[in-house]
Amino acid sequence: MTALKLENVNKSFGSVHVLKDINLTVEDGEFVVFVGPSGCGKSTLLRVIAGLEDASSGTVAIGGDVVNTVPPAKRGIAMVFQSYALYPHLNVKDNMGLGLKQEGQAKPVVEERVTKASKMLDLDKYLTRRPAELSGGQRQRVAIGRAIVREPKLFLFDEPLSNLDAALRMNTRVEIAALHRTLSASMIYVTHDQIEAMTLADKIVVLRDGRIEQVGSPLELYNNPGNRFVAGFLGSPSMNFLERSVPGLRPGHTLGIRPEHLRVVDHGRINGEVTYVERLGGDTNLLVKTDEGERLTLRLFGQDLTPVGAHVSLDFDDARAFHFDERDSRVALEAA
Amino acid sequence: MQAARQTLSTRIGSHGVLILYTLIALFPVFVIVTNSFKTRRAIFRDPLALPDEESFSLIGYETVMKQGDFFLYFQNSMIVTVASLFFILLFGAMAAFALAEYRFKGNTLMGLYLALGIMIPIRIGTVAILEMMVSTGLVNTLWALILVYTAQGLPLAVFILSEFMRGVSDDLKNAGRIDGLSEYKIFFRLVLPLVRPAMATVAVFNMIPIWNDLWFPLILAPAEETKTLTLGSQVFIGQFVTDWNAVLSALSLAILPVMVLYVIFSRQLIRGITSGAVK
Repeated sequence: MTALKLENVNKSFGSVHVLKDINLTVEDGEFVVFVGPSGCGKSTLLRVIAGLEDASSGTVAIGGDVVNTVPPAKRGIAMVFQSYALYPHLNVKDNMGLGLKQEGQAKPVVEERVTKASKMLDLDKYLTRRPAELSGGQRQRVAIGRAIVREPKLFLFDEPLSNLDAALRMNTRVEIAALHRTLSASMIYVTHDQIEAMTLADKIVVLRDGRIEQVGSPLELYNNPGNRFVAGFLGSPSMNFLERSVPGLRPGHTLGIRPEHLRVVDHGRINGEVTYVERLGGDTNLLVKTDEGERLTLRLFGQDLTPVGAHVSLDFDDARAFHFDERDSRVALEAA
Repeated sequence: MQAARQTLSTRIGSHGVLILYTLIALFPVFVIVTNSFKTRRAIFRDPLALPDEESFSLIGYETVMKQGDFFLYFQNSMIVTVASLFFILLFGAMAAFALAEYRFKGNTLMGLYLALGIMIPIRIGTVAILEMMVSTGLVNTLWALILVYTAQGLPLAVFILSEFMRGVSDDLKNAGRIDGLSEYKIFFRLVLPLVRPAMATVAVFNMIPIWNDLWFPLILAPAEETKTLTLGSQVFIGQFVTDWNAVLSALSLAILPVMVLYVIFSRQLIRGITSGAVK
């Protein structure tokens, strides 16, 4: 069964066309991540799925039923928000139970599900506290708990980790992944952080300007991007795009090469000067300005002692390089 | 860093200015209250003197109490003020919520229209209001005053509250929607508690003009049983003879309920003023 099916979904705010012909299927138990730069429409798409915004045209089907006119509470979804959005006047237990109470569930059922969720999330000790008395990580767990107790057909996460600090972010990321395994529920997760997308997703949906650019598994998108935007968006440091520095390129075409696929050699095709060095311990990033005036990043594993100002010669494996035409579409190597 | 911290002299200076301002602001109140406890001759001989054994007199308060309807006036003022504030806050907050929360055609225009009342004094429409009240039979009822004051207070209330409501997190309201709360529950349970400081601000801004108003009670409800305190106190002011003891005593008593209301709202008010600065 499909958890979610979007067909030709469009959304306009006045004259601004935010979502353009979105078609997407989410299978049962799949973890789908919407990723894209800010303003690409990923949050709007999530809100359309949740029913917080109406689609201007097209159909939204959750669990096989078209839900275009169904209010959010009756769509069988639960949502976790970036700002946690806990009810400030209710304690943890009531925060988690409110949705069930509104559904008209019997008290013992509410009690049981809240207890189960709070055990799962390690919140049993805080059930009587108010949100103001909790730390950021605990608040986010309560928000996740509030979603779990409703046992929805579809979980929606709207940048849930953006307000957490780096260490906590990683922990919560692992927790969400574990949660997805235990519940084997369908989840949609919106983020602008490509690391979250790469680590969590079964399927990544890359959005730009209200359009789906490409859909695929994380490594599929990484190894086989369909266009220059997807190639540049996934991966950190991001892919290098060179127009002039590599000899033999057709005018207007761009060559893309990931920082880790470049290597320092004696006589390579690219020559330049190191302008900045980032020593991260585990690996070293060199920022290079080529003789043709283009900038690129080079990632070396381990600790490298190349100083700033050094002249380096670089080369790469042609099989690792991507070619893009004037319209930024990927083209086969032979055609380039 | 040293310069940023307050030195002793700047602290004395700023406190001096504040104390001076407090004295100036409180002086009229002080004069009214002290003189209300003095004999008529003492009031005129030395208005600034404190009441002593010789000049102390409760004659003003006795006159006010003997004027049997005084408590009724008091009650009328209280009813009118509290009811008006209630309706201003209720309808103002509801309109503000609609303006801040929902996208619909003419939203901005509606907001401007509702705010227009801030610039146009309601007293310009007194004649029309009086005609309306006469034809609806509301003249000489407290409802006439409550309705007029509600109308008078709404524009500013909508204006201030809608700004604050825009600041309430969208996520919170959406979380309520997903949990199945109705829009009314979202409004009353989630949004109103968060804009309480703004509501207190609006309440204080509106309370004092309503309590002190003489114009509308005089025109719309001058009957004995609907007189407000301010209007009722006028009986002591004659064209030729004014009973100053009674006037001052009545005014002193009139300060008390406003002070009580102010204390109730002020805790919230201070939070409202600083809410932007301190998070």
